[in-house]
Amino acid sequence: MFLIRCPWCGERAETEFSYGGEGEISRPLDPDALNDAEWADYLFLRSNPRGAHKELWNHSQGCRRWFGVNRDTVSYKIDSTYPLHASEEDGQ
Amino acid sequence: MKRYSALSLVRNALGSNKQWDRAWRSPEPKRKYDVVIVGGGGHGLATAYYLAKEHGVRNIAVLEKGWIGGGNTGRNTTIVRSNYLWTESSLLYEKSLQLWEDLSQELNYNVMFSQRGVYNLGHSLQDMRDIERRVSANRLNGIDAVVVDTAQIKQAIPLINTSATARYPILGASYQARGGVARHDAVAWGFARAADDYGVDIIEQCEVTGLNRDNGRIKGVETTRGRIEADKVGVVVAGNASVLATMAGLRFPVESHPLQAFVSEPMKPVLDTVVMSNAVHGYISQSDKGELVIGAGIDAYNGYGQRGSFHTIEHAMAAIIELFPMFSRVRMLRMWGGIVDVCPDACPIVSKTPVAGLYFNCGWGTGGFKATPGSGWAFAHTIAEDRPHELNAAFDLERFTTGALIDEHGAAGVAH
Ligand SMILES: Cc1cc2nc3c(=O)[nH]c(=O)nc-3n(C[C@H](O)[C@H](O)[C@H](O)COP(=O)(O)OP(=O)(O)OC[C@H]3O[C@@H](n4cnc5c(N)ncnc54)[C@H](O)[C@@H]3O)c2cc1C
Ligand SMILES: [Zn+2]
Repeated sequence: MFLIRCPWCGERAETEFSYGGEGEISRPLDPDALNDAEWADYLFLRSNPRGAHKELWNHSQGCRRWFGVNRDTVSYKIDSTYPLHASEEDGQ
Repeated sequence: MKRYSALSLVRNALGSNKQWDRAWRSPEPKRKYDVVIVGGGGHGLATAYYLAKEHGVRNIAVLEKGWIGGGNTGRNTTIVRSNYLWTESSLLYEKSLQLWEDLSQELNYNVMFSQRGVYNLGHSLQDMRDIERRVSANRLNGIDAVVVDTAQIKQAIPLINTSATARYPILGASYQARGGVARHDAVAWGFARAADDYGVDIIEQCEVTGLNRDNGRIKGVETTRGRIEADKVGVVVAGNASVLATMAGLRFPVESHPLQAFVSEPMKPVLDTVVMSNAVHGYISQSDKGELVIGAGIDAYNGYGQRGSFHTIEHAMAAIIELFPMFSRVRMLRMWGGIVDVCPDACPIVSKTPVAGLYFNCGWGTGGFKATPGSGWAFAHTIAEDRPHELNAAFDLERFTTGALIDEHGAAGVAH
């Protein structure tokens, strides 16, 4: 079980959170311009690294906000958690 | 290879069991092979076996970074069935099930395949509608399947809680009589011994660290035991598929997750079939040793650590106790995890790749043990002929670009 630091609520048990997969994947700004291979990349292809991973978590049983997590996929150690947008930082 | 038989048992017993041959050699890697298989799990070993047996390829190596069968092959709950919803998947799993039915004779190795039947429980009206639909689809594909009601389940499995006031009442199930379980280690060892007999070099403690390419064509592999050249390379590394794909400059639609299982102390026989429930999320059988073998769902996060979170185990245990209240007093002995390779559509990739001579077999996720012989059979065909067999043609890498996904997730649930 992980202890995850929500940027707003502090450290809480993993069971309060839901996992949102790989982070830093942006929705295409101009969807009509994408070809099939680019859609496949956005929708399905993932880096799935063995080691450092940037990922999304949601504090679903708490403040219900999304945030970013730097975690190692082998040791499972969480290095840091951070708000996704600079504008959110003062909300801490 | 000296064949195992009742007579050989007696003869070796008289010799105090000191004269048994090694089941497979432990050769030094050669400089070059026609085909290199990366990954010595059941699927990789089966691929090498069928390449040699069905396609006459002789100069083959299987490279395994640890020991054979030490990955998911030796960590799974061994449920075998073929009652998948979609034609593409059910035909591939059914091919596999047919191979299972003769596997011990074929390999001259007792894989302890036990067709004790598999129940997939339904707990709601919608579950039962899905079960009716899947059973009908199975029968149209020539696969044995029936719908059973609560009374039939209670009669077959007296310990199960069929009370109508249960949190998740059991309303019925699909039943596949030809499904069952097998001895996981024996599957790896049996394929290894039979492949070795065809001259396949099984090389353990040999990690592949690079895939050498030239002009869009595979040239061989870099390993912790030196460079090995190969005309063709087949990668079958389950949870490490993305790591190997990255070595070839490819991005894959696979994510690796921990999947955990656990066993109880051994007991007298209490459960002579396999029970699975997607809704409460647990599956259980009893091994020949007497242990209850129980599997959990995947941990949601990406993980390569071969371990998961405790609450996932707790959740599976709660599900089992809901079904079998009596097991609340059974002590659990061991738990462990594997790394499963999950595709967005919960279906495997058995495919050529954009690199000529490089083939991938992965994405079996939480349910590939049952496919071991069929997967090896189809992958061997794909490598030998440089094109898929019709049984695995739909499971190509291209489907994520064309959109022709095979949506088993909703249909077979998360089950194994
Ligand atoms: C807990 C659990 C329960 C499961 N229950 C079931 C079930 O009931 N029924 C079912 O059908 N399926 C089940 N599965 C899924 C099933 O175990 C797998 O789909 C199947 O065993 C995969 O076989 P494989 O040979 O492809 O992989 P593996 O057995 O994992 O073999 C891959 C091998 O590749 C090796 N390798 C990795 N990287 C390298 C490298 N760089 N160089 C060399 N070698 C490398 C690994 O060491 C490993 O031995 C379960 C899995 C788990 C973890
Ligand atoms: Zn919070």
